[in-house]
Amino acid sequence: METVAQTTGLRLNLNALDYTLLALYFVTVLGIGFAVRRAISTSADFFLSGRALPAWVTGLAFVSANLGAIEILGMAANGAQYGMMTLHYYWIGAVPAMVFLGIVMMPFYYGSKVHSVPEYLRRRFNAPAHLFNAVSFAVAQVLIAGVNLYALALVMRALAGWPLWVSIVVAAAFVLVYITLGGLSSAIYNEVLQFFVILAGLIPITVVGLIKVGGPAGLLDEVRQSPLGEAGLHTWIGTGSSHNPLGAHWLGIVFGLGFVLSFGYWTTNFAEVQRALSAKNMTAARLTPIIGAYPKLIIPAVTVIPGLIALVTVKGLGAKTGDLQYNNAIPLLMRDLLPNGVLGVAVTGLMASFMAGMAANISGFNTVFTYDIWRAYIRRDRDDAHYLRVGRIITIVGIAIGIGTAFIAAGFSNIMNYLQALFAVFNAPLFATFIIGMFWRRMTPWAGFIGLLTGTLTAVSTYILYQAGVLHFGSDLDQSFWGAGIAFVTVAIVAVIVTLFTTPKPVSELRGLVYGVDKIDLTADMEKADRAWYRSPVVLGGGALALAAAFYLPFL
Amino acid sequence: MAEEPIPTSKARLFDIRRVIGGIFVVYGLIVGLAGLFDSPEEIQKAAGVRINLWTGLAMLVLGGFFLLWQRLRPLRAAPSNDHPEF
Repeated sequence: METVAQTTGLRLNLNALDYTLLALYFVTVLGIGFAVRRAISTSADFFLSGRALPAWVTGLAFVSANLGAIEILGMAANGAQYGMMTLHYYWIGAVPAMVFLGIVMMPFYYGSKVHSVPEYLRRRFNAPAHLFNAVSFAVAQVLIAGVNLYALALVMRALAGWPLWVSIVVAAAFVLVYITLGGLSSAIYNEVLQFFVILAGLIPITVVGLIKVGGPAGLLDEVRQSPLGEAGLHTWIGTGSSHNPLGAHWLGIVFGLGFVLSFGYWTTNFAEVQRALSAKNMTAARLTPIIGAYPKLIIPAVTVIPGLIALVTVKGLGAKTGDLQYNNAIPLLMRDLLPNGVLGVAVTGLMASFMAGMAANISGFNTVFTYDIWRAYIRRDRDDAHYLRVGRIITIVGIAIGIGTAFIAAGFSNIMNYLQALFAVFNAPLFATFIIGMFWRRMTPWAGFIGLLTGTLTAVSTYILYQAGVLHFGSDLDQSFWGAGIAFVTVAIVAVIVTLFTTPKPVSELRGLVYGVDKIDLTADMEKADRAWYRSPVVLGGGALALAAAFYLPFL
Repeated sequence: MAEEPIPTSKARLFDIRRVIGGIFVVYGLIVGLAGLFDSPEEIQKAAGVRINLWTGLAMLVLGGFFLLWQRLRPLRAAPSNDHPEF
């Protein structure tokens, strides 16, 4: 039995029961796609769920849009590799940014009625800033789509035992069908549905795993005896220097991860922000990320904990290549712990989340390419059918590029590190440009463009110099924290210098886009129920922050 | 974007609570039933826990909760300004 398991590696032995559960899910998803397309005419369909469903749905869709490859494989991999320090990604690296987005930034996004994040840049700054951001967003989306595709292919390889490249191509074909059939119209349904299915798969892994290692106390004991040791159980102790599992100083964690990387990701990522933009009123828009923050607080229980369980139960985990890489922590536990039935639910949840994640990247890519690049700069004033055709063709092109970028992702033993490196390059300079532009009305259009450009180039060169061995950091992650921080500071300095030599926009063009120019009315479109104290974004946001701080206490 | 109210029947068909409730009740029944007939090896694999049975029951309860919620507070097609809960 042992030898068979070893030679077949990660192969999960699914039976008819598991395939039935898998098939049921995809039939449901495609069924919704067809039904939505048939029953509801044109533009109302996508916004139906946004208008008819309450804030809990948009909030779950918000957190679910992020619950893809990053969360499940990546955070479990980090849990196994770095221990409890992974919790920083949730409690300092996500929750404060989500609360900040809801309370401070959403009024500008929602109040200015922009349709996309690049569009905000066009109105606040100028066309070059818009074009540069649209292009870099499109590039980032196909690179991240590659990560999702690779993660999906890992699961398919485990399922069917195919070689990786076959799995990647088949998974890509599956996503192509999924996007063309299901379409954007069922995106929010899938996200909310997938949220529950993925939990239905992850909770049994965690429960069975914990029982196997003798409960929480048993897990802590075994982690102490693992290569991670006592350090794997702490989050802040030991961050006075970089001698800790993450190799990161507390300054890097607070400024790089907690501020620049996480605020950059959560507040400027189009795929995330868009969910809040389609909310029914200002209060609902502001509540969307804040409601999402609550599940985010407890998700590490089903990602980081299984990572630790894998570390102490899977012998040899942490290999550079092969089946025992950190990335495989969750699939390995599924193989070892779950009987057929629950195994099928877990596989369904994983596949659903990767496909939804990739579908979101590809549709974000084709939307921004078609509207913000093609229509804005290449072929203006064509009929709707022309742009529809461009959108279709670019979807196929995007998936084809995604296949290529999936092989780049396959070259990283920990995909989370790769993603963080991408975020440091693409999101950190963007966030710096945003936050300065939103709060400093004198910042000029050219300061926006040149700041964004130099910030991105700085982040790219930091990464290249680190890879070439010229610059040294505590770990890959430490590099992404510092890369993000350096990019942020670069944008700030360049923005100030360029502003001194160029002319700012007249105040009349900055209405609703910049802090202190025209007060934004937060209460005009309120419903009666929105006035209840427990619906106040400030109260709910404060509650999420207090919980995040309290959760740290057992793991200092 | 089009602001015309959505017909009630269609809105109800696409109520996400019905979709979640439906799929979880079916999943709960299938997985829970499988759990009743789990072999000793399968139970052993899951550290001695009848995980299929328990997961099945939990999914059944969650699915039932969504269906009940949808039944007790049906979706209104055109949201007006005075209904407190949805």
